[in-house]
Amino acid sequence: MIRLSSNDTVDVTAAFGADETDAAAANGSATDEVREAMLSELQEELGEAVVESHIAAGVDITVRVTSEAWASTAEFLKNEMGFAYFNFLSAIDWLPSPFGRDMDSQVDLALEPAAEPVEPEEMEHGLAGGETRFQVLARVNDVAGHRAVTLKADVDDTAMSAPSWVPVYAGANWHERETWEMFGIEFVGHPGLRHIYLPGAFEGNPLRKDYPLLARRVKPWPGIVDVELMPTEQTDEADGEAPETPAAAALATPGESTEETGDA
Amino acid sequence: MTAVSSRQQLNYIAAQAADARVNLEIETEGMTLNIGPQHPATHGTLRIVAKLDGEQVIAADPVMGYMHRGYEKLSEVRTYPQVTTLVNRIDWLGSFANEVPFILAAEQLMEVEAPPRAQWIRTVLFEMSRIANIVLFLGDMAVQVGAVTPVFFAFRDREHILNQIEAATGGRFHPNFDRIGGLKDDLPKGWIVETKQVMKKMRSFCDEIEELVMGNEIFQARTRGIGVVPADIGLSYGLSGANIRGSGVDWDVRRDGTTGAGGLVHSELDWRVWTHPDGDSFSRFWVRLQEVRESTKMVDQLLDGLPSGPIMAKVPRIIKVPAGEAYVETENPLGVMGYYVVSAGGLVPFRVKIRSASFNNMSITPWLLTGVYVPDIITILGSLYFILGDIDR
Repeated sequence: MIRLSSNDTVDVTAAFGADETDAAAANGSATDEVREAMLSELQEELGEAVVESHIAAGVDITVRVTSEAWASTAEFLKNEMGFAYFNFLSAIDWLPSPFGRDMDSQVDLALEPAAEPVEPEEMEHGLAGGETRFQVLARVNDVAGHRAVTLKADVDDTAMSAPSWVPVYAGANWHERETWEMFGIEFVGHPGLRHIYLPGAFEGNPLRKDYPLLARRVKPWPGIVDVELMPTEQTDEADGEAPETPAAAALATPGESTEETGDA
Repeated sequence: MTAVSSRQQLNYIAAQAADARVNLEIETEGMTLNIGPQHPATHGTLRIVAKLDGEQVIAADPVMGYMHRGYEKLSEVRTYPQVTTLVNRIDWLGSFANEVPFILAAEQLMEVEAPPRAQWIRTVLFEMSRIANIVLFLGDMAVQVGAVTPVFFAFRDREHILNQIEAATGGRFHPNFDRIGGLKDDLPKGWIVETKQVMKKMRSFCDEIEELVMGNEIFQARTRGIGVVPADIGLSYGLSGANIRGSGVDWDVRRDGTTGAGGLVHSELDWRVWTHPDGDSFSRFWVRLQEVRESTKMVDQLLDGLPSGPIMAKVPRIIKVPAGEAYVETENPLGVMGYYVVSAGGLVPFRVKIRSASFNNMSITPWLLTGVYVPDIITILGSLYFILGDIDR
């Protein structure tokens, strides 16, 4: 019985020595050149389809392609560049919260009279820029070469669709179902877009910024409790943001901060 | 071998024809087998709708969402320190490991780094949560093939690990111990010596399991050659952890990380990545067993080389994360876990994409379960090893 495992051990011992050097190379100063080379290879193949890119030296690379080139980029990465590993696919909604950003404020607007939704602020896109409200986001890895790239593509606001990755990466199936359900982005060529987490009759796209988190609309935001100063730390200079609102006082009642039921 | 008389041959042909007729009749009926949502092999509430032809699965469709808690949405209304409380509940058997990549992503955005001692203790707890998690798998996998004893051994010995995690963090299952810039507390007195003894116990547990389960003829018959995942299929589905290393892919984020994350110190330790070429249920079990052994060695080394110093970097008491995006992934007990954190510069994350290991690991099941026999569904699901909280999030 022990023999079986020792037999298996032999195979892997031989393969081990070679990989340590690879790891050292990937973590060393050469990383930047690796990412620059990846980018130029992509630009060479895709040309105009590479809209913008961002390289954080020694950390990560983000490439934004046009939505038309979304599937062909994946094909090229997988078949020509060795990025055979599908990591994840999702989306980002760049719309600032239309609820006056009360989720992020020191004053809980839900308890204030002025809880009306205000005009949305200007959208600010992150790494590698963007023009539309929604962006699809994905990451693929080159397992042998210890490389990875994050891809983004703008999703047209009216069409709300992107080409599906399922023919290229089979694992994109569930991820696209999730993205479709949560953001309402159609994936053209997907074998069966249907709900994955939520009940079949569910309406709405919960991860959109304008989808209200009802549990937070009817209850005060628990984040404010943490910001409240401890009695002994009133003199601390760094924390001038103590919430002195009636909302904060109302929050002092115990047992309200632990619920985590979802959104429906 | 032995000569077969023509009479026997005719009998055989007649029997075959009779079988075929029966099969034909069964085929027209078909059958849908519903496994779960409550089933010991589902580690939570997963439902699998399997369409059967006789004993064979012709289509399998996992139905998720019974435990969907919407952590990505909830993270948008929680401050950064509060998010760790949520993500603790993703993979509840190795909770501390869930906190680490999120904290590292936040640290990357804030450009702070935990002091060395915090990084080392972080790695100790990270590896201990891996042991606590996988030890249960080693016992549980035996249950899937009908052996009940090993799981009691697993629960017995996991208790030692949980006691140590509790002694250090205050929480048996949900430590919530990792902080942006370091850790909540230093280790308690006497903890290092006790933990080393526990590591010895875990190694002897591994030996015990190896003798008790792995050499067992029934276990071998039920797992060898069953549920084979070829490496290229595994890669395109995004399998990770022991599931992909069991298919011969030599890839471990602890060694080959691509996100430039500091904060864990695996590169300073002497350890190795185990792979197995077969890709079947057995190889996944085998790789996990070796990983527990490797982790116990890592913990020993970490405790020997623990640097002194502070456990918390200088960070503001109210955490405001500058605008930016960061993706950090780590090799968690179930596989690669990552957080894509988008910050708009404030108290709460703008968007958190949770890349959990089990979601990818399970997405292969419609492909993998097609064509297998009904009893093998259970061993294959067991060997893929998922935690429902890690799928549904």
